[in-house]
Amino acid sequence: MSTKLIDLQHITKSFDGQVVLDDLNLYIRENEFLTLLGPSGCGKTTTLRILGGFEKPDTGRVIFDGKDITDLAPNKRQLNTVFQKYALFTHMTIAENIAFGLRIRKKSEAYIRDKVSYALKLVNLDGYENRMPDSLSGGQQQRIAIARAIVNEPKVLLLDEPLGALDLKLRQDMQYELIRLKNELGITFIYVTHDQEEALTMSDTIVVMNQGYIQQIGTPEDIYNEPQNAFVADFIGDSNIIDATMIQDRLVSIQGVRFACVDTGFGTDRPVDVVIRPEDLKLREIPEDAGEGSDAYEEALNRVRKINPGYLTGTVSHLIFKGVHYEMEVQSGGYDWLVHSTKMYPVGTKVFMSVDPFDIQIMHKPESEDEQAVGVEDI
Amino acid sequence: MKKHSPLLSGPYLVWTAAFIVIPLLMIVFYGLTDKNGAFTWENVASMGTPERMKALVLSLILSLTATAICLVMAYPLALILTNMKIGATAFITSIFIIPMWMNSLLRILAWQTLLERNGVINQFLEALHLPKQYLLNTPYAIAIGMIYDFLPFMLLPIYNALEKIDQNVLDAAYDLGANKLQTFWKVIFPLTIPGMISGIIMVFVPALTTFVISDFLGGSKVLLIGNVIEQQFTQVGDWNVGSGLSLVLMIFILISMALMQHYDKGGETAGLI
Repeated sequence: MSTKLIDLQHITKSFDGQVVLDDLNLYIRENEFLTLLGPSGCGKTTTLRILGGFEKPDTGRVIFDGKDITDLAPNKRQLNTVFQKYALFTHMTIAENIAFGLRIRKKSEAYIRDKVSYALKLVNLDGYENRMPDSLSGGQQQRIAIARAIVNEPKVLLLDEPLGALDLKLRQDMQYELIRLKNELGITFIYVTHDQEEALTMSDTIVVMNQGYIQQIGTPEDIYNEPQNAFVADFIGDSNIIDATMIQDRLVSIQGVRFACVDTGFGTDRPVDVVIRPEDLKLREIPEDAGEGSDAYEEALNRVRKINPGYLTGTVSHLIFKGVHYEMEVQSGGYDWLVHSTKMYPVGTKVFMSVDPFDIQIMHKPESEDEQAVGVEDI
Repeated sequence: MKKHSPLLSGPYLVWTAAFIVIPLLMIVFYGLTDKNGAFTWENVASMGTPERMKALVLSLILSLTATAICLVMAYPLALILTNMKIGATAFITSIFIIPMWMNSLLRILAWQTLLERNGVINQFLEALHLPKQYLLNTPYAIAIGMIYDFLPFMLLPIYNALEKIDQNVLDAAYDLGANKLQTFWKVIFPLTIPGMISGIIMVFVPALTTFVISDFLGGSKVLLIGNVIEQQFTQVGDWNVGSGLSLVLMIFILISMALMQHYDKGGETAGLI
């Protein structure tokens, strides 16, 4: 699991003077499901095309299984690609499509027949041998594209937003299918997507990219719970990102209120960015009728203080029912806090708002544009 | 949405009836009757005379040759055009399209001047001390005229077919291990067969029936079946024989189109497991 299968070293690529990848370094382990995640134009597809051999990097090397394959043509590489829009051969039957790579390699007809029917079983499209691609639905065509790639037994399967053209339900089904396929085949998947939910669901490792730079590499949990900068926090899931001051280790001042946190090493009285996920904010209604100083009021406040010595007060300004939870906005100190909760607080409710110290994520403030983009030094 | 009124297609239907269906029926009627209006196969059978058979065979040979040469010339050109930048493509395409804006008679007349005994080409050859070529009024001149006149009709459908091929499909072929040549024969070529079929029909049919090109470049020495039919109408004045011969020619065209379509299907499904 820890062997480096692919090593991208100092990859730079620009198109028409526009830098798409700037000194990209990344290694990919064997049997890993690695996702390149980022907005369009972040360089994720270019990275995949460099791996596939369709683009040559301006500088840098691509090492595959210990060998330099930077200048190797796509048809000589031991990896296969599943393209975004399927790219099936419309003039061939499904069986011919799947057999394409094997025919090129001059495998025997008996071998090809076995492989084709095995691949069709694997993608649950048994019996589709003699159909034409046009007669299949989008999801089925995508599965054929996957079958066409995997019959060649590549060490790595490259997937370029393969589910992008499918509707939501089908996309979710295909996510499970892809995880199953990856486990059954035991090969490395490198997956490109701009869909953070897709990335979190399927990946062993997520590489968040923006503007040609890697922002963060980590497990889905790392990326979600401990985003290293505001871009990652903003891109992955919903989050509240606010200015704050790090007073000292384990103590941060948010909107002038001191909150306990678990982060250290940010110095003293340093401006920082704080990320709090909406589901981590805890609300408690302020018993207004009882009034300040009353037992009910003190009781509520004590419960809030148990979570964190620091707390904010605010007013619920928006409320939407989202199925699993309620999505609310709480106005406090001139900021609209996004809150997810299974408990409903009607608009206008005055609330205490608190957060567990573990759920406060402190990030360095970017000092320059460049730093904002780089984020991660070493991987 | 409200359906369009069927009345809207009225003008087109009237046009079709007046200028396509009725004339066609008239040709069938004239072709299958004698001067008194009695049914006869004679007009059709009169294609069998040696002179007319010779013209028909020559027409078939010349139009097939011209079609083949057009295909061989247009395909690589279309390939080059597809791989060029947009601006360059527009330029080259217009070079091939702009001549089509000129009257086709003028273009053929120009070839007459070029190919003449003392025409531009021979003056050029003479200046280089090369032997003169007497091409005018030979089948070769007619073939040249056909190729020149009909090349764009071959080029455009093939170019369109090539344009439609998604780069991802070609990338997929490389990705699956095919080299450039394999990708061409296994992917690009089969995907352009429908374009080639269109091109072949659009060149072969007018080439087979032309009488203008053979008139100007073949003189009275080379007769194509188009000239034979034209003479029946304009000089002999025998509409019955002219129509009968036309029917035979139409049957040849229908057969060739049916053959092409059959071949197209073969192309789509060739190499089944």
